[in-house]
Formats: sequence, structure tokens, C-alpha cells
Amino acid sequence: MQPSARQTLGFVAAVAVVASILVASSAVLLRDRQEFNALLDRRRNVLGVAGLLPSDTTLAPEALNARFERFLRPVVVTLETGQRDTTVDGSLFDQRAATSDPATSRVAPPNRARVARVPDRAMLYHVVQDDSLTALIFPVVGQGLWSTMYGYIALSPDLRTVTGLTFYEHGETAGLGGEISNPQWQARWRGRRAFDETWAPAIMVLKGTAGDAATDPFRVDGIAGATITGRGVQDTIHFWLGPEGFGPYLTHYREEAGIS
Amino acid sequence: MTKQERQILLDPLFDNNPIALQVLGICSALAVTTQMATATVMGLAVLFVMAGSNLSVSLIRKHMPANVRIIVELTIIASLVIIADQVLKAYAFDISKQLSVFVGLIITNCIVMGRAEAFAVQNGPRLSVLDGIGNAGGYAIVLLVVAFIRELFGSGSLFGYTLLTPTTQGGWYPTNGMMVLAPAAFLIIGVFIWVLRVWKPAQNEEDFSVGTLFEPGDEEHIR
Repeated sequence: MQPSARQTLGFVAAVAVVASILVASSAVLLRDRQEFNALLDRRRNVLGVAGLLPSDTTLAPEALNARFERFLRPVVVTLETGQRDTTVDGSLFDQRAATSDPATSRVAPPNRARVARVPDRAMLYHVVQDDSLTALIFPVVGQGLWSTMYGYIALSPDLRTVTGLTFYEHGETAGLGGEISNPQWQARWRGRRAFDETWAPAIMVLKGTAGDAATDPFRVDGIAGATITGRGVQDTIHFWLGPEGFGPYLTHYREEAGIS
Repeated sequence: MTKQERQILLDPLFDNNPIALQVLGICSALAVTTQMATATVMGLAVLFVMAGSNLSVSLIRKHMPANVRIIVELTIIASLVIIADQVLKAYAFDISKQLSVFVGLIITNCIVMGRAEAFAVQNGPRLSVLDGIGNAGGYAIVLLVVAFIRELFGSGSLFGYTLLTPTTQGGWYPTNGMMVLAPAAFLIIGVFIWVLRVWKPAQNEEDFSVGTLFEPGDEEHIR
């Protein structure tokens, strides 16, 4: 029996409706749990980049949250002025939501990291151990080859060295650009210098192999087969540590801490 | 369970293995087999998708217009894959991150589509589910064998538990770096097929040589 066009269309529509109901309800029902997991994963990455959680250790969610709240102080700043904004509760601040909301963000100027929008306020973390500041952790976001890469970069309190870098969400090719989330590659950033003498972002992702951090401090090994992802990482870091990103805050911070 | 049902369920494990005999689904077999944990979860996800897609396709097979068959099957498979991905993100977040795109790519896994097309459109729901489970099982067996060898020799561990302490962690075992790279999976799958065909010689293809295509004296023609 050859079905009529109407029967065929009806059948296809019925299948589509059933399939979309199933997919939509699975997404809605599981959203809370997924968001909880994603938050936990971001916190794990922040702790990792702060050097407070070695990559091969696992912690129960409660222990992880406790460690996060013990050592990390969210700092919300107005990006344009670099001033701290204490009216915003850092634990509730959602930078991604702020970035997509036209009321709390603006269109970014043309930039190499292909950042589309910049939030008015952004949140970094101060790592405080035994009452002293041990690192500053900045969120970074920019385009790789295929996807938006979300990560964190940690700087020492004198801002001279990179103490960690991590990417916790991206859609780069697994095994090539996806290696940006490989702890071994991230470890190569440790001890490098983010800024030159004029405090302009200077760290580069090389195409090839860089020397060790002491002799070749401004360059990091690129990933073979992922040149464009590597360039995206470099441009992303330059954007967020530069004048359109946390630059004004960094200037303030240096003045207050007496770093020249 | 009748003899036929048992055959449908068990045949794809070794006698008609989708990876080893039909050489389908190789891409994910290379990608997710560096660790037992990822291979296991991937195997379970494929099992869920194949049992579900074979069941659904079989249930609607008598009403499905032949000219939109493939796209309807694909819609069903894609929906099941998205559900599997959502569940993994909610209940096995770390593993779902490691599996990254490969869960989504189950949609394009030829085994799933192949069984829906080759079996479920012609058979009842019970047999179709058994066929889906059997073929997913055959896929999972190869994944687990490959992952066992790759994780044990590449990282010195199984399911993340260190058995051979690597030198990098102060132990005695120098890990085999090639095992964590994709080519190792190719080699292991090759050896797997070899062993399987020694065990079950019926799987060998008939000898293929140029002589069967061209008669001697046809050299002129070949040139």
C-alpha cells in the first residue's frame, strides 16, 4: 500500500511531536541536576587553577564546596572603571547571564578573541590562605576554532607569573584543540609571565615547543594540530587581561599593592 | 527464550560482531577506549539507544510510510541519543565530559541505523529489542577489550584504580605512551579480528585476488 501524501505528513508530524516531547521533558526534568553538576565542575576548576586541588584527586560535593568557600573570595568589579562593586553578592553573580542580558552588558569592540559582548560587571576570585592573598583568578572566555572556550587564568599576587590556566567548557576537536583541557598542557603555563614591562599582556602560544619557564617566560608550547585553537587561547587571555577586560582593575590593583 | 531468540541475542557478540565482522562503529571505538570507565558508559549508552530505537521502529513498522523511513528512524535515534546525553550530564557528569561529542555521535553510528533498517523494520518488538541488545553488546565487548588493554598498559590502571604503578608516580611501570593514542586502538581491533577469525574460521572472507577478476592474458587490458 502506498500511503497518501497526507498520511505521510501526518505520520511524520506525529513522530516529530512525540520525539520533541520526550527530548524537551528530559531536558527540563534533568536541568537542576545538570546545573548543580556544572557549578560543581566550575568550582573544581577554580580550585584546580588555584593549586588547591590536584587534578587526580576527587572530592565529595560537600567537601569541595567547603574548600571553595574557605579559600576563594569572589570579587565583583565594574570592568570599565576597575572599581570593586560591593553592592553585588558574588556568590549569586552569574557572569554568563550578565553577559547575555543587554541591560547589564554592551557590545564588545572588534577584537581578535571574537568576544561578542562584554558584561558591565565581571567577577574574579581572590585566593586567600592564612589571611594572605596567594593568587588572583580571572575568568576568560573567547572563541577557539569551532566553539566558545570558557576558562580561568590564575596570576600570582604580584601579577608577574601565571600560576595556572584551565578551560572547563569548550567544543574544540577532541584530541586536538580539545587538549586545552588536558592538565599536562595546562601545567606548561605555570611559572610563565603574562605581562611585559609595560604591563601589556605578552604571553604567546607558540607554534612548536617553547623553552622552560625560566629562560623562555613569554611563550607556551602550542598543541600540534590545533594552531587556531592555540591562537584563540592567546587572544582570549590578551583580551581579558587587557584594557577591554580586567585591565582597569589590574591598574588599580597594582597601585594599591605598590607594584610597578 | 526460544532458540531463535537466543541466537538473535548472542550471535552479534562473536559470530556476527558489528565491529569485528561488519567493521562498523570504528570511530567511537578509537575515541572512547583509553579508559574502561568511558568505554563502559559508552557501551551502556549505545545499548540504551539501540534497544530503544529497535523497539520504537519495530512498533511503528507497519504504519511507517516507506519513502520517509530513514528520516523517521533517524529522528527516533537522535531523540534517544539526546536523552542519553542529558541523563549522563545529570548523573555521570565527569564521564560525560570525557565522552564529549562522542555520545552525540552515536546518532551517526552505522550500527544503530543499520539494525533499525536491517532488522527492526521487518521483525516484531521482542525480537527487535533482543537484536538491539545483542548488537550493542557486541559493540560493547570490543570497546571493553580494547579499553582493558589500553588503560592497563597505557596508564597502568583499570577503572581508574592503579594496578601497575607508573614511573611518573614513583612506581616501576613505564607506561606505554602509544596505548593512549588512537593508533593503538586500530592495532588492538586488528588483533581482535585476527584472533576471532582464527577461532571462527567461517568469518574469513573468500580469497580475493586479481586472478579472479581478470583472466591471464588480460594484462593488456589491465594496463
